[in-house]
Amino acid sequence: MTVRSVAAVPLTAGLVATVLGLAGCGASGDEPASTLTVLAASSLTDVFDDLEGTYEAQHPDVDVQLSFDSSSTLAEQVVQGAPAGVLATADRATMRTVVEEGLGAEPVVFARNELVLVTPADNPGNIDRITDLDDSDVAYAVCVPEAPCGAASATLLARSGVTAPPVTEEDSVRDTLGKVVEGEVDAGLVFASDAQAAGGRVRAIPVPAADNVRTLDVAVVLDSPDTDVAQAWVDLLISRAGRRVLLDHGFLPAPAAAEKSP
Amino acid sequence: MSGRPAVALGAGTGAATGRVPWQLLVPAAFAVALLVLPLTGLLVRAPWSTLPARLTDPEVGQALRLSLLTATASMVVCLLLGVPLAWLLARASFPGRRVLRAMVTVPLVLPPVVGGVALLAAFGRTGVAGGWLDDTLGLRLPFTTLGVVVAQSFVAMPFLVLAVEGALRSADARYDDLAATFGASRWQTFCRVTLPLAAPGVLSGAVLAWARALGEFGATITFNGSYPGTTRTMPLAIYAARNTDFEAAILLSLVLLVVSVAILALLRERWMAGPVS
Repeated sequence: MTVRSVAAVPLTAGLVATVLGLAGCGASGDEPASTLTVLAASSLTDVFDDLEGTYEAQHPDVDVQLSFDSSSTLAEQVVQGAPAGVLATADRATMRTVVEEGLGAEPVVFARNELVLVTPADNPGNIDRITDLDDSDVAYAVCVPEAPCGAASATLLARSGVTAPPVTEEDSVRDTLGKVVEGEVDAGLVFASDAQAAGGRVRAIPVPAADNVRTLDVAVVLDSPDTDVAQAWVDLLISRAGRRVLLDHGFLPAPAAAEKSP
Repeated sequence: MSGRPAVALGAGTGAATGRVPWQLLVPAAFAVALLVLPLTGLLVRAPWSTLPARLTDPEVGQALRLSLLTATASMVVCLLLGVPLAWLLARASFPGRRVLRAMVTVPLVLPPVVGGVALLAAFGRTGVAGGWLDDTLGLRLPFTTLGVVVAQSFVAMPFLVLAVEGALRSADARYDDLAATFGASRWQTFCRVTLPLAAPGVLSGAVLAWARALGEFGATITFNGSYPGTTRTMPLAIYAARNTDFEAAILLSLVLLVVSVAILALLRERWMAGPVS
């Protein structure tokens, strides 16, 4: 027997013990009985991270798994059959693609969000208003047009007469925000809640109000294993506690609380 | 177990005959299914009826042109910089050569997205060298086509260096010595003797690097973002299309598949023929 294989024996034994230990852990008594997968627009990252604790305290038998990405990416995942209980999107149009496939229950509007222009804290490009982006020396980032933030940005830029193209189209609003936070671009268009999440690392500049507000929709995914568990998440989100968390994170209230979308 | 031995011992022919053992056949069949089924799915779901119309879509042409341009430029960069490096690793002796070779091959095993983050840390606006490049030369790499070439060269270079170094090592160094005894300088020897002898290795290394650059995704999107015409190469265009227009994603994938198979056909003589010719 070589030295190496002698050394490998305790290593293998340790690995086996670890795996068995993990398996044993999973079989213990207070383990959640079911899992709720929540797919949410990346703007909702902080809100849903907060609500996860509240939900799991109310439903100790449920383990919540959160997945954040661009709304359009998540919607496509649901259409392709990803296991999910709840889908929350950053605009109505994206939710509609899922509902029209017969995969989503009646969506509920739970908040609104408005676009803002953000620059790195030291504002290297001297950006003060949206029209400052119309300069080929200014490097700015937007979301891909398929994402809610990108669709809203395209409308805003067209209305503001900005014709200089962005240097990049990022997949999700948090990717766009990241490019600004890292100082790789002079400016970016994100939602107000995202700007708030970045705190002092970015400077937020309001943009003209017309047509830059998007509603956030949430719906139970119909082929989820346990729609009651999923509905409980929606109920928490539109509850007083849920609304407070949303407001704390820079979202605007829904037009009328828990209004059903047409 | 069945009673009879499944393998008859050939008399030194090297070819075992008899029934193929199921213990090998079943896993092999799964392997084939795993490798072939996805590509079959691509062909089955391809929008054949609208294919000609979609192929002439300007965005397809734009992404393909950008991909071919950047992959070729990256291959040239790899040749110009990588061949000398391979020669250094194969023929020169200096302290730290083994460490250098290890460092050069790291990008080979590095996840490309890590390469993208590393490139940003180095050449991003706030990066170690990026700020200096911007201030002194006005050169910004991220979000530019040049940045795409840099990212692709980063991931493709080790393929070329290793291929060329291998070719140089297997070439007979005594030809170099012979050239030297005839009074050739080391540079003349490199150009007239070493490089021609290693030509097949250089060629296959260049094709490998080109193919790797063509398929590059992670480092490119991390370092350069994604914008049509400047940084959105074919893999990035496929990624961008997958959410909204799955048929377009399939179509773009088919185009890359055709290009990849063409590369494989080009290299067939070298690798597909197997060790015995």
